[in-house]
Amino acid sequence: MTRVAASPELDEQVEEVVDLQRPWITIVWNDPVNLMSYVTYVFMNYFKYPREKAEKLMRDVHYEGRAVVSSGTREEMERDVNAMHSYGLWATLQKDE
Amino acid sequence: MGDSTYGFQRTATGRIVLRADQVERGLLTSVAQQVIDLVKPEELPEDTDPLEAQLGWTAGDIGLSDDPAVARLLPNAYADEQEAADFRRFTERDLREGKVQQATTVLSELERSGEKITVGSPDSWLATLNDARLAIGTRIQISDDNHEELASLPQDDPRAGLFHVYDWLTFLQESLVRCLDPSLYGFSGEDAPVIDD
Repeated sequence: MTRVAASPELDEQVEEVVDLQRPWITIVWNDPVNLMSYVTYVFMNYFKYPREKAEKLMRDVHYEGRAVVSSGTREEMERDVNAMHSYGLWATLQKDE
Repeated sequence: MGDSTYGFQRTATGRIVLRADQVERGLLTSVAQQVIDLVKPEELPEDTDPLEAQLGWTAGDIGLSDDPAVARLLPNAYADEQEAADFRRFTERDLREGKVQQATTVLSELERSGEKITVGSPDSWLATLNDARLAIGTRIQISDDNHEELASLPQDDPRAGLFHVYDWLTFLQESLVRCLDPSLYGFSGEDAPVIDD
């Protein structure tokens, strides 16, 4: 992409727009009940993630206690959190910091 | 447990079946019914705003349930309590109804089955087994490292029977995930076990 005489102000504006589009994240938290295979299954089937990515996120949840599983607009993250709750996973959304 | 020794199994023609004797089917029925009893939404009062009823919104603030099992099934979506309550107003009724729907599907598949249950809606079974385990797991205060302690409780401890059911449901759920995606259990797909129809 060719950019001619981009001003610093424009760059800042563009960054702000990008920031406004993806400022929220969905976090899945560890719990002692959900099966590792089931959590992976949910990540593959709901988010359509490949198995490797789904398994990595599952391990992060299990061993680190939490994982950021998706990011996007607030509305999108509310949809994802709601879906996680319908699967029985413990999820919250928040602004990405 | 008796007939369900193998859990859910994939058949040669691709169906998913569970062999379960009468006692086991009774237990599964009771478990699905308990999930419904825990999460079913309150009847809307007759003077409910029709728009509100149609959208599934709840008037006023509703918070996290005082019942730890219900709180686990319908957790807060936000760390901030006010934001969590706002979110609940617009989503909780649908979430409850979705869970009731899934458990009701399981109940009806159980009702029309004999010893061999053919699973028509595996996702409903998966979610209901999981919801039941979440509820029981919360009741017996299961943690990452107290399985052995719970498994060796004396029989007169009320948690002993619940743990036994929890353990059985865990086994069933594992077997169902394995049917749905054998690769998660190290099978390549073609070498995944199947049984005769």
